[in-house]
Amino acid sequence: MPTEWTVRDITRAMLPVLLVLTLVELGSGLVLGSFEAQLLQYPSLLVLVPVTIGTAGNLGSVLAARLSTSFHLGTLSFSPADDELTGNAIATLALAITVFPVIGAGAWLATLVVSSDPALTFWTVVVVALSSGISLAVLAVLVTFTATYVAYRFGLDPDDVVIPVVTNVCDVLGVVVLFVVAQLLV
Amino acid sequence: MTVRDVAVEAYKEALPALAASLVGGLIAGVVLSGMRAELRAVPGLLVLVPALLATRGNVYGSLGARIATGLHQGLVEPHVTSGDERLRAAATAALANGVLTSTFAAVVAFFLLTLLGSAVAPLPVLVGIAIIAGLLSGIVLTVVVVTVVFAGYRRGRNPDTIVGPVVTTTGDVFGILFLLVAVRTVLALAGVF
Repeated sequence: MPTEWTVRDITRAMLPVLLVLTLVELGSGLVLGSFEAQLLQYPSLLVLVPVTIGTAGNLGSVLAARLSTSFHLGTLSFSPADDELTGNAIATLALAITVFPVIGAGAWLATLVVSSDPALTFWTVVVVALSSGISLAVLAVLVTFTATYVAYRFGLDPDDVVIPVVTNVCDVLGVVVLFVVAQLLV
Repeated sequence: MTVRDVAVEAYKEALPALAASLVGGLIAGVVLSGMRAELRAVPGLLVLVPALLATRGNVYGSLGARIATGLHQGLVEPHVTSGDERLRAAATAALANGVLTSTFAAVVAFFLLTLLGSAVAPLPVLVGIAIIAGLLSGIVLTVVVVTVVFAGYRRGRNPDTIVGPVVTTTGDVFGILFLLVAVRTVLALAGVF
């Protein structure tokens, strides 16, 4: 039964989900707050924050949307030998390896242009971005497969549940992974 | 299809959207990094950033998806001038939910940080920032989502595939930009009173 197009019905369908997701996102906010001093000291790391969160969420949501469509078409089976699963996992990893070095280089260059002092070397920022990206791609695949499988087991429509859950969980993982990588490499 | 076919198709399909949101994300990052003085002046603001950005994505992504479905079903006409009641309800609901959720995030962040004994700006400052930022970015994102989805649909594009990249790209940029405007406004007002 689709939601009626009234403010009340839309709010009733949306607000509870939004409030729960906000609590999840505040968790990642607290992680971000815990290394605020480091982020303020190295502006190129701060530039990486929104783009890492956004790209992590996108990798997850694109994968979730594709699996959800395969699921509706009946071409998806939950076996490690399934071509759809393996192919999509490989594509997610390849996308991360393509995009994250560009993100790192872009963040370093943007900081150089704006503040003339990126405070970190070019290669440090690129390596931080790429290591975060590869870790996030692996995590995005695991989270999306798990969420799609759980939705399937509970008879839920993956379009309604999996995409928002995966996008927001990947957002949070984006911050956590960036935090861990920054502690290890910076 | 073989594993290789699936991987190549998925890669090609996703790359343009990822590249577009990459540009938006980097612009948002540059604005955020230019906000260091404000982040220092308002302790707790950085904790709010992921929640506020995600709310923009969730609320206006859902608005876009709803309009796309409405167009497919013929419930909505692709013209803004028709003063469509359904469209008005969907936009109002998105704006109201966006502002409510942002306010909720500010209140919870304040109490969480107080409980943890961390430094945090006064509650009215955080709530004021959340409301102003939610309202301004909400108005702009509603206009952008409706305009782009309608324009795409009239040109024969599938609105479902336009919504995602448009919202992730513009949501980050306008989300952070209006956060900056909101912080400066609230700090200026706090300086006056």
